[in-house]
Amino acid sequence: MATSPLHPGPEEIAARQVVMALCADASRDDLDAALQALAAPNAEDLRPPETGLVMATGRIGGDGRPFNLGEVSVTRAAIRLPDGATGFAYHLGRDRTKARLAATLDALWQDPARRARVEAALRSAAEKAEAARRQAARRTAATRVEFLTVARGED
Amino acid sequence: MLAPGFADPVHDAQGTFRAVMDALARPGLPQRLDAGPNPPAPLTPELAAIALALTDADTPVWLDADLAASSEVAAYLRFHTGAPLTEDPARAAFALIRDPARCPPLARFAQGTPAYPDTSTTLVLALDAIASEAGLRLIGPGIDGTARIALSPLPDSFVAQLAENRAGFPLGVDLILTAPGRVAGLPRSTAVTEG
Repeated sequence: MATSPLHPGPEEIAARQVVMALCADASRDDLDAALQALAAPNAEDLRPPETGLVMATGRIGGDGRPFNLGEVSVTRAAIRLPDGATGFAYHLGRDRTKARLAATLDALWQDPARRARVEAALRSAAEKAEAARRQAARRTAATRVEFLTVARGED
Repeated sequence: MLAPGFADPVHDAQGTFRAVMDALARPGLPQRLDAGPNPPAPLTPELAAIALALTDADTPVWLDADLAASSEVAAYLRFHTGAPLTEDPARAAFALIRDPARCPPLARFAQGTPAYPDTSTTLVLALDAIASEAGLRLIGPGIDGTARIALSPLPDSFVAQLAENRAGFPLGVDLILTAPGRVAGLPRSTAVTEG
């Protein structure tokens, strides 16, 4: 099937998910800086950004039975660029400005001509997010406890 | 190209709901409806405002031939309301009718059941003009004596169909009539006779 805006291929969907996950990790200032660098046109709200609750589902051990962890606040935004491209974003938290910035980046990214520039503009945010993730992993690793079985000499 | 919905979703939807509620409480008395949205043609701003205010994922919506022909209208309603579109008028909770002259007979829409008369279809018609003080004569709850309302264009044998609709009370459909900037209600409890 041909790739069109309405029926993107699986690779395109995966690539878009990567970019949106990056936007979700980035701070509002990072997204703002990325948009400034792109000289983005003014976006129009399709639906003003709004905050609501979403039930977060967890799995024990990562692969056990699903359970409802609790409700989390989520902000969603939907925008339209002057050329008709639409962008959407769902973000944890209540930062409407950030969700709207991410939606604008989503709309820009969907245009193949702009895609590389959007990804380049987000590179510093990506590096920051990666550094934060590494640091969190290092901190967690420092608290690691090795459990071992002590032979009690009964045998 | 997807068009924006209400600029201020909470207050615009509340204002539209209030206008529709007043219109149904006082049949034959047109209310002002400041329609905010600027929907894709052939959807009128009033039809769009009522659809955005009243429909959601639990209310199947039926579109008449004019509206169903436009994929932009379907995309607009699906995005802003999440309402499923149905092709069967008897399953619809709301019916949006752009061309009243070609509206199917009222009896083809859901009439409700004796236990749940509220499960009937609410028809929303886009007319060219609504005027009070002339035209059809209305009697019933919410009307002090009689009220008069002139509608154009009128569907074929509209008064006879409304009489049949009234005869099945408490079953039957309710009508919301819109014209540019105005909305009027014609609930199933109202008896309509020709001038």
